[in-house]
Amino acid sequence: MMRHYVTIQPDLAMLDGKFLESKEIGSALLVELYRNHIGDYPKFFKMDALCRVGFVASELLLQAENNVRFEPCDDRAVIFFNQSGSLNADTHYQATIQDPGNFFPSPAAFVYTLPNIVTGEIAIRNKYYGETSFIVLEQADSAVMARQLLNAFLDSATQSIIGGWINCDDDEHFDARLFIIERNEYADVETLAKDIETIKIQ
Amino acid sequence: MIVRIADNIVSPLGTTSEANYLAVKSGKSELKRYEGKWNLPEPFVASLIDRPSLDDEFAAHNIDDRYTFFEKVVILSSCKALANAKIDASSEKVLFILSTTKGNVHLLDANETGFPKERVLLGQAARQLTDFFHNPNQPIVVSNACISGVCAQIEAIRNLQGNRFEYVVVVGADVQSPFIVSGFQSFKALSVEPCKPFDADRTGLNLGDAAATIIYARRDAVMADEWVACRGAIRNDANHISGPSRVGEGSFRALKAVLGDFSRDEIAFINAHGTATPYNDEMESIAIERAGLSSVPVNALKGYFGHTMGAAGVLESILSMKAIDDHTILATRGYNNIGVSHPLVLSNQNCPTEKRAFIKLLSGFGGCNAALLFVKGGQQ
Repeated sequence: MMRHYVTIQPDLAMLDGKFLESKEIGSALLVELYRNHIGDYPKFFKMDALCRVGFVASELLLQAENNVRFEPCDDRAVIFFNQSGSLNADTHYQATIQDPGNFFPSPAAFVYTLPNIVTGEIAIRNKYYGETSFIVLEQADSAVMARQLLNAFLDSATQSIIGGWINCDDDEHFDARLFIIERNEYADVETLAKDIETIKIQ
Repeated sequence: MIVRIADNIVSPLGTTSEANYLAVKSGKSELKRYEGKWNLPEPFVASLIDRPSLDDEFAAHNIDDRYTFFEKVVILSSCKALANAKIDASSEKVLFILSTTKGNVHLLDANETGFPKERVLLGQAARQLTDFFHNPNQPIVVSNACISGVCAQIEAIRNLQGNRFEYVVVVGADVQSPFIVSGFQSFKALSVEPCKPFDADRTGLNLGDAAATIIYARRDAVMADEWVACRGAIRNDANHISGPSRVGEGSFRALKAVLGDFSRDEIAFINAHGTATPYNDEMESIAIERAGLSSVPVNALKGYFGHTMGAAGVLESILSMKAIDDHTILATRGYNNIGVSHPLVLSNQNCPTEKRAFIKLLSGFGGCNAALLFVKGGQQ
C-alpha cells in the first residue's frame, strides 16, 4: 500500500486509513479541514470547489509525508483524474451568461472552467516545477489510472507523483482519493491498480 | 521509436492536412469579424467552420445527427486519418486519446435541447468516438488547458513505449461557443482584429474551430522520410493560475528537457504557442532565450486559425511536419515588427529550410507548459 493516501468525501476525511475528526458536511467540511489543519493560505477562499478539495487533500498528504516543504522542487509531478472535468465551475460560469438581460461573464469564474487549474494551485503552493496533468475518464478505472501514472515516470525528471481521483459534481458533492507514489515503488500496473482500488473501497 | 503514420486536419481552411497546408502556405485565413453572433453583446474575430459546409462529408462517413457538431468533427477527422493509416480501429491494440478543453460545453445552455446533458462530460463525448469505431478501450481525455494537444501526443508516446498498444489515435478538437467567447472576452484576452503574434501592436488572441488527428505507431526501425515524435515534456511555472511566469520558467524547463543533447543547429524552427496576447508572447521570447535558442527561427500559426485550444497542439504539429517535408518555415501571419523584449528570428514570409527537426511549444492556464521535439528520420 502507498505510504500516504487521503480520502475526502462530503461526510468524511481519512488520512492513511484513519478518520480525521470533523463535524461539518460538504463545502463546510472543506473549510473546517482548512481551518483545523492548514490555516495559512487565504487564497483557499478564492478557489472553486474542485481546487479546494484538491488543495486540502494535497496539504494533508504532504503534512503526513513530513518532508521539508515550500522549497523549489522539480522532480514531483501532480497528475489527477476525474469524470466531471470542470463541470461544477462550468455550471457556475454558464449561470453568469444564461440570461441576456443579466449578462455578467466573470473572469474569476471563467478561470476555473479548466480542470487542470487544481494541479496548478498545488504546484504554486509547493513550488513544484515538474509535470502537472489532468485526465478525464468516462469512469474511475483503476487500471487505466495506474497505467497512466506509471507511464509518467518515463519522464526521467519525475521521481514522485501526487496522483489520484478527484471529482466534483457540485459545491457540496466531491470525492478525492489522492496518494503519493515514488519512482520504482510499483513494478507493475496491476499492483498499483489494486492499491488504488483499496482506497476506493475505504 | 514512435512514428506518425497518418494525420488529418478539419478546419475552416479545409478537411485534409494537405488542403490546410496549402492554404496556410499561400497565406490564407478564415479569421472574420462577427457582430451579434450568438447574441453576444461584443463583436469578436474568430476562425469558425461554416457548419452546413461539412454536411456532405458527414453523410459520406455515416456521421449522423445523433452526434453533436463537436463529436461530428472529432469523428470526421479520425475517419479521414484512419483511412490513410489503413489500420483496424476496432482492435484492442488501438488506443484513442482525445485532447479538448471544452468539448460539448454548449449543452449546459438551458436553451440547448436534443442531446442528453451527460454528453457535456468529456468522457462521454470521447465514448461517442470510440463507439463509432467499435474500439473496446476506455478513451483517455487530456484536459490540460491550451497545452492539451501536446500533452495528448506525449501520452501517446508513453503508451506506445509499452506493449499494450500498437497504435494511438490522437484527436485534438474544440468548437467555439458563447461560453468560450464570453469567457475570453471577460479576460480581455481577445483582439478585435486578426491577431498579430509577437508583433509590437498585438492586442490579444482570436479563437478558432478545428479538429486534428495524428496516428502514431511504434517502430523498431525508421525510414528517412518518416516523422518521429522523439521527446516531450510538461513543466509548471508554479507561479500563477491565469498568467504566465515573468521569467518563462515552465516553458524554459520544458524546452531544456526536450532538447537534451540534441544539437540546436539541427532545429529548423520552434513552432511557438504565439497566441498574440501581450504576456504569452513575451514569456515565450524569454523562455526561448534562456534555453539558448535565440538563433533558431520561430513561427506561430494563430494568425491562420486563431487559437483552436484543444486542437492547437495537434494541428500545429501536423502543419510543422508538412512544412519541413516541403523545406519551408511557414510565415507568421499577422507579424510585422518585433514586439517582445528578447529578440527572436521571426518572419511574415515563408522561408526555406533544409533542416529536419522542430520543437512544438505550448503554454496554458494553470501555469502549464509543454514542448515536443520532432525529428524526421529519427534522432541519429
